[in-house]
Amino acid sequence: MCVVCGCAAPTATGATPAHDHDHDHDHAHGHDHGHSHGHAHGPAEVAVDARTGDLHYGAGSARVSVPGMSPARAIKLEADVLGENNRLAALNRAHFQGHGIAAYNLVSSPGSGKTTLLCATITAMKARAPGRAVAVIEGDQQTSHDADRIRATGAPAIQVNTGKGCHLDAQMVADAFGRLPLHGHAHASGPVDGHAPGGQGADILFIENVGNLVCPAMWDLGERAKVAILSVTEGEDKPLKYPDMFAAARLMVINKIDLLPHLDFDVPQCIAYARRVNPGIEVLLVSARSGAGLDAWLDWLLDDPSASAAPLPVGTAASATHTERQLRQRIAELEARLAALSPAP
Amino acid sequence: MHEMSLAGGILRVVEDAAAREHFARVQRLTLEAGALAGVEVRALRFALEALAPGTCLAGAEIVIEQPAAQAWCLPCGASVPIHSRTEPCPVCGSHQLQPTGGTDLRVLDLVVHDD
Repeated sequence: MCVVCGCAAPTATGATPAHDHDHDHDHAHGHDHGHSHGHAHGPAEVAVDARTGDLHYGAGSARVSVPGMSPARAIKLEADVLGENNRLAALNRAHFQGHGIAAYNLVSSPGSGKTTLLCATITAMKARAPGRAVAVIEGDQQTSHDADRIRATGAPAIQVNTGKGCHLDAQMVADAFGRLPLHGHAHASGPVDGHAPGGQGADILFIENVGNLVCPAMWDLGERAKVAILSVTEGEDKPLKYPDMFAAARLMVINKIDLLPHLDFDVPQCIAYARRVNPGIEVLLVSARSGAGLDAWLDWLLDDPSASAAPLPVGTAASATHTERQLRQRIAELEARLAALSPAP
Repeated sequence: MHEMSLAGGILRVVEDAAAREHFARVQRLTLEAGALAGVEVRALRFALEALAPGTCLAGAEIVIEQPAAQAWCLPCGASVPIHSRTEPCPVCGSHQLQPTGGTDLRVLDLVVHDD
């Protein structure tokens, strides 16, 4: 490595010296002018001052001239790696909104009961709000077992097999959504542009993500909210073990509460842990098997009071004041709702 | 596990830049993985090294900066630095924190060669 510029010297250039830094010669004649030694330079290596004709070598990032190598140049990108996914997610979000669809991204570890909860939800929804169409996008690595279970309830479902993938991304959801009758129906029956919200409240699209409490946290699919489902057989410290997911979720559904009498699961401790990583997270207790808590879950889905609120802006210092205002407003809302529930759950 | 997808996203960002800026190879790639970006840096490095051969990232030095994250502490009413989502406020010990920065994985800059 060159000690002057820190660049790595190429090893395959044979006898050609990789570098010529300025150095003294013990020739008989003196140098009274500066010049660069060595090889012919490509035009890119030297910057010419148009006014004076001065030549500036070493204007590259390392600030030295390196004969025999093209100069390095620096390119500033500042690009968000998830930017392309986020762009597609924004298109999905606009598309869902245009169709009057509320999309929920259901995330959990495998075996928390997401599909059972969805089947129970679809059945309960038919009785409670028959005018609301419901459709499901099912994400798994392999098999269409889950989509088959959803279709057995009468709701349309598209299975997305990710193969080796550990999460759904916005492109997969866009592709799957285009194949659902929920999408086609809105296009066929809507006015001029075919993108109009339904008259009786939003139709609902459930996106059941791959069972994985880590990776899906990072991928925005264009959903209105992420819903993290935690079953009581998993242990109350899951929110601390997998904080990114519980931080990304707006609602935590504690499922399989019919099993609580047989377990040592500490519900208040679980909620406290979840609020430690996400002070604003809402919590519902349900049992898809016994039906306990399903009414409150349907209330949340059908009449989500924060549904129209924009997601909290995160990521820039300038938005801190805005974020604070939104947070305080949200705390006030939550406190009001808490006060309305006379005995806390 | 999702680091392989992220590495693919990084390669895409770099290849888009190569098409736009007409460079042939990358000498150094600098990334920023915020403390709350949900990225395991060792796994990301492994994934990038696995993807690099045959692309303009072959042989590139990969620098991953890991800045602390920022959060808004409600009791303090101030922005504080944090390093994980389970960490309390370093000033008052409260967990009522809303992250405001350090959640991104970004490609900061490239040092590239045209040959």
